Amino acid sequence: MDVLDLSRWQFGITTVYHFLFVPLTIGLSIIVAGLQTAWYRTGRPEHLRLTRFFGQLFLINFAMGVVTGIVQEFQFGMNWSAYSRFVGDVFGAPLAMEGLLAFFLESTFLGLWIFGWDRLSPRLHLATIWLAAIGTNISAYFILAANSWMQHPVGYRINNGRAELTDIWAVLTNSTTLVTFPHVIFGAFLTAAAFVLGVSAWFLLRGRDEATFRISARLALAVAVVAAIGVSFSGHWQAQIMTEQQPMKMAAAEALWEDETSAGFSLFAVGDVENGRNHVNLQIPYGLSLLSTNTLDGKVEGINDIQARYQALHGPGDYRPVVGLAYWSFRLMIGFGALSALLALAGLWLTRRGRLPAGRWFHRLAIAGIGLPFLANTLGWIFTEMGRQPWTVFGLMRTAAAVSPGVDVTSAAVTLTGFTLVYAVLAVIEVRLLLKFVRIGPRDEEPEAEPAAPALSY
Amino acid sequence: MELTTIWFVLIAVLWTGYFVLEGFDFGVGVLLPFLSRDETDRRAVVRTIGPVWDGNEVWLLVAGGATFAAFPEWYATLFSGFYLPLFLILLALIMRGVALEYRGKSDGTRGWDRAFFWGSLGPALLWGVAFANIVRGVPLDAAHEYTGGLFTLLNPFALLGGAATLLLFTQHGAVFLALRTTGELRRRAVRAARALTPVAMVVVMTFLVSARAGILSWAAVGVAFAGLLGTLLATAAGRDGWAFTSSAVAVAAFTAALFTSLWPNVMPALDPANSLTVTNAASSPYTLTVMTWVAGIFTPVVLAYQAWTYWVFRRRVTGAA
Ligand code: HDD
Ligand code: HEM
Ligand code: HEM
Repeated sequence: MDVLDLSRWQFGITTVYHFLFVPLTIGLSIIVAGLQTAWYRTGRPEHLRLTRFFGQLFLINFAMGVVTGIVQEFQFGMNWSAYSRFVGDVFGAPLAMEGLLAFFLESTFLGLWIFGWDRLSPRLHLATIWLAAIGTNISAYFILAANSWMQHPVGYRINNGRAELTDIWAVLTNSTTLVTFPHVIFGAFLTAAAFVLGVSAWFLLRGRDEATFRISARLALAVAVVAAIGVSFSGHWQAQIMTEQQPMKMAAAEALWEDETSAGFSLFAVGDVENGRNHVNLQIPYGLSLLSTNTLDGKVEGINDIQARYQALHGPGDYRPVVGLAYWSFRLMIGFGALSALLALAGLWLTRRGRLPAGRWFHRLAIAGIGLPFLANTLGWIFTEMGRQPWTVFGLMRTAAAVSPGVDVTSAAVTLTGFTLVYAVLAVIEVRLLLKFVRIGPRDEEPEAEPAAPALSY
Repeated sequence: MELTTIWFVLIAVLWTGYFVLEGFDFGVGVLLPFLSRDETDRRAVVRTIGPVWDGNEVWLLVAGGATFAAFPEWYATLFSGFYLPLFLILLALIMRGVALEYRGKSDGTRGWDRAFFWGSLGPALLWGVAFANIVRGVPLDAAHEYTGGLFTLLNPFALLGGAATLLLFTQHGAVFLALRTTGELRRRAVRAARALTPVAMVVVMTFLVSARAGILSWAAVGVAFAGLLGTLLATAAGRDGWAFTSSAVAVAAFTAALFTSLWPNVMPALDPANSLTVTNAASSPYTLTVMTWVAGIFTPVVLAYQAWTYWVFRRRVTGAA
C-alpha cells in the first residue's frame, strides 16, 4: 500500500468511527432536552428519571464524539496537505465557524448542564441543555456545508492555482447542503429514537420501571416514525440533486450502464464491470426515473455514457467509482432504514390506544433494532464519499492529487495502525460502560452534586 | 491594521487562550498522582476541571480551524510536517478526554488516572517542542513542504522548549489547584507551587531569551518574568487569587513572546527564501474579511459565556466529598 491508500483507509476509518457517535449525540441531545422540558412543565418524577437516565447514556456517547472529533479537525492538514492548500481558502471558513459558533456552545453548556443541577435555577439549567443541543445541530450544519462543497463546489473561483472564496453565502446555502442537512438530521433522530426504543424495551422485557419506560418507548416510536418519513423525503430530494450534480454517482448506485428513459429501480443486480453491463438485474419498472426526475419517462444517464463524456471533458482516465460498493451501500442504507421504520410502525400499531404488546417478540426485536440506523448511517456516508471517487472535490481535484507529498509510508502506517487499535479498545470500553449504566437503570439521587464549600477568595 | 496582521494576532490570541486555560488542565493531570493520597483527593482534583476542560480544549480546535481558514498553507505545512508528534498529541488528548469523562463512571479508576496523567504530560511537553521548532525554523522546500524527519524536530533547543512548557503548565496547575481546593489538598498544592515556580522560572527564561527575536518580544519576556515572580510572591503570601492571575499572565506572555518572535513569518524555513509568511500563507482578502466579521461578532459572546461558567463554578472543591 502506498501513502494514498493508507491515508484513504485512515480517513475512512476515523470518520466512519466518528460518525457512529455523532448521530446519537445529535438526536439524543434534543430528546433529553425534550424530556427535561416535560419535567419542568409537569414536575412528574418519571420525566426527571428519564432525563437523568438517558442523560447519562448521552454523556457516555458524547465523550467519544468529542475525542474522535479532535482527530478529524487535524487530519486534513496531516494526510491531505495538498488538498488543504488547494481548498483552504474556501473550506476552512465553515470549519472555523463550526468551532467558534458550535463547539464552544456545546462543550461549555454541556459542562454547565452536567455540574449545574444544584447550581442553577431549574429554568436556567433547562436552558443549558437546549443550548448544548442546538450547538450540536449548528455543528452539523457547518460541517455538512463544508462536505457539500466537496460534492458540489460553489461560490469560488480558481486563482493562483487554488480555489478562492468569492461568495460565502453561496457556500452556506449550497443546494447540496440544504438537502443533505435534513437527511442527516432525520437520520440522527431515527438513530436516537431506535436507541431509546431499544433501551426502553430492555426494561419492559424485564418488567423493570414499567411506568417510566412506557413513556420513553411511546416517545421513541413517535419520533422514529416522523424521522423515517423525513429521511425518505429528504433522501428523495438528495437523489434528484445528485442526479443533476453527480450523475455518475447515481448511475453507479443503480448499476445503470447506458443512458435510459423510463429507467427501472434496480433491486438486485450482478454486474460485469469489465464490460460495463449487468448479468442479472431485477427492477421495479419506471422506479429510477421517478425517483430521480419525478416523471415516469425521465432520462437517466448511464455509466458508460458518462465515462465517455467525462473523458472528453477532463481528459483520459477512469471516472467510475467502485460500482458494486456504490450499488450495495445505497441499497442497504435504504433497506436498513426501512426495516427500522417498519419496526417503529409495528410498535405504534401494537401500542395503539394505550395497549401493551402481547408477546415479548416485539421487545426483543426493538433491542436488536438499535443497530439498524447505525448501519444505514455508515452505509450512507460510504456511498456519498466513495461514490464521489475519483474526485476529492468533484470536478476540481482528484483524490490522488490531494494527499500529503511529505508524509512517508512508515508514518502513515504507524498512525493508521495506532488510531485503529486505540479506537477498537475504546469501542469495547464504551459499549461496556453503556451496558453497565443500562443495567443500573434510573436512579433517584442527584448526580454529581457539588458539596457546599467556601467561596473562592482573593 | 492589515487583515493578515489581524489574523496573525487572532490566532496568537486563540493559542494564548488555549495555553492559559488548558495549561492548568494539563498541570492538574500531571500533579494528580503527586498531590492526592486517596480516592477522595483524586476525585476532588479531577473535579476542579470537570465542568470546564472540554470548553478549554475547544480553544485548540478553533485555533486549528482558524489557521485552516486564514492561513491554509501554514495549516497544511505544520500538520503534515509535524505528523508524528501531532499524532502523539492526538492520542494523548483522546486518552485524557475519555479518562476525564469515564473515570467517575467506571469501577476501577487506576487505569484512567494513568491515562489522565500521561495524556496531560504528553501534550504539555510536545506543544513546547512544536513551538520551539516553529520559532527556530525547520527545513522546508520551495513548495513549503517539510523535508526533515522526526529527529530533526527533537533537537536540544526544542527539548528545552518542551521542558519549559511542561514546567510552566505544571506550576500553573498547582496554583490553580491551590485556588480551587481546601484543607490538606490546598496545602499540598501550595507546596508544589512553591517548589515548581522557581524551577519553571529558570527554564522558561532560558528558553525565551534564546528563542526571542525583535523588540516587542523583549516586552513579552519581561512580562512573563514579572508574572512568574508575582506567582511566587502571591503564593508565599497565601493570596491564591493573585497567584493564579499572575500565573495566567505569565502563560499569556510566554505565548506572546513566541508569536512576537515569529512575526512576520508564520513558519520560518532554514532557507529564508522558502519561509511561510503572513503574506504568502494567507487566504484571499475576501475570506479574511468574512472571517473577521464572524470572529468579531462571536468571540465576545464566547468569552462572555465561558467567563460566566467560571463564575458559576467559583466555589472551592473540598477533598471530603
Ligand atoms: C453531521 C454531523 C457531523 C459530521 C459530518 C462531523 N461531525 Fe464532528 N461532531 C459533530 C457532528 C459532526 C457533533 C454532533 O457536533 C459532535 C459529535 C459529538 C460531539 O461531541 O459533537 C462532533 C464533535 C466534533 C469535534 C469535537 C468538538 C468538541 O470538543 O466539543 C470536532 C473537532 C469535530 N467534530 C470535527 C469534525 C470534522 C473535522 C469533521 C469532518 C470530517 C466532522 N467533525 C464530521
Ligand atoms: C461523518 C461522516 C463522514 C463519513 C462517514 C465519511 C466517510 C468517508 C470515507 C469512507 C472516505 C474514503 C473514501 C475513499 O477514499 O474512497 C472519505 C474520504 C474523505 N472525506 Fe469523508 N466522510 C464523512 C464526512 C466528511 C466530511 C464532513 C468531510 C469534509 C468536511 C469529508 C471529507 C473527506 C475527505 C477530505 C476525504 C479524503 C479524500 C478522499 O478519499 O476522497 N468527509 N470519507
Ligand atoms: C428512502 C430512504 C432513503 C433514500 C432515498 C436515501 C437517499 C440518499 C442519497 C441519494 C444519498 C447520497 C447523497 C449524495 O451523495 O449526494 C444519501 C446519503 C446518506 N444517507 Fe440516505 N437515503 C435513505 C435512507 C436513509 C436512512 C434511513 C439513513 C440513516 C438512518 C440514511 C443516512 C444517510 C447518510 C448518513 C448519508 C450520507 C450523508 C449525505 O450525503 O446526506 N439514509 N441518502
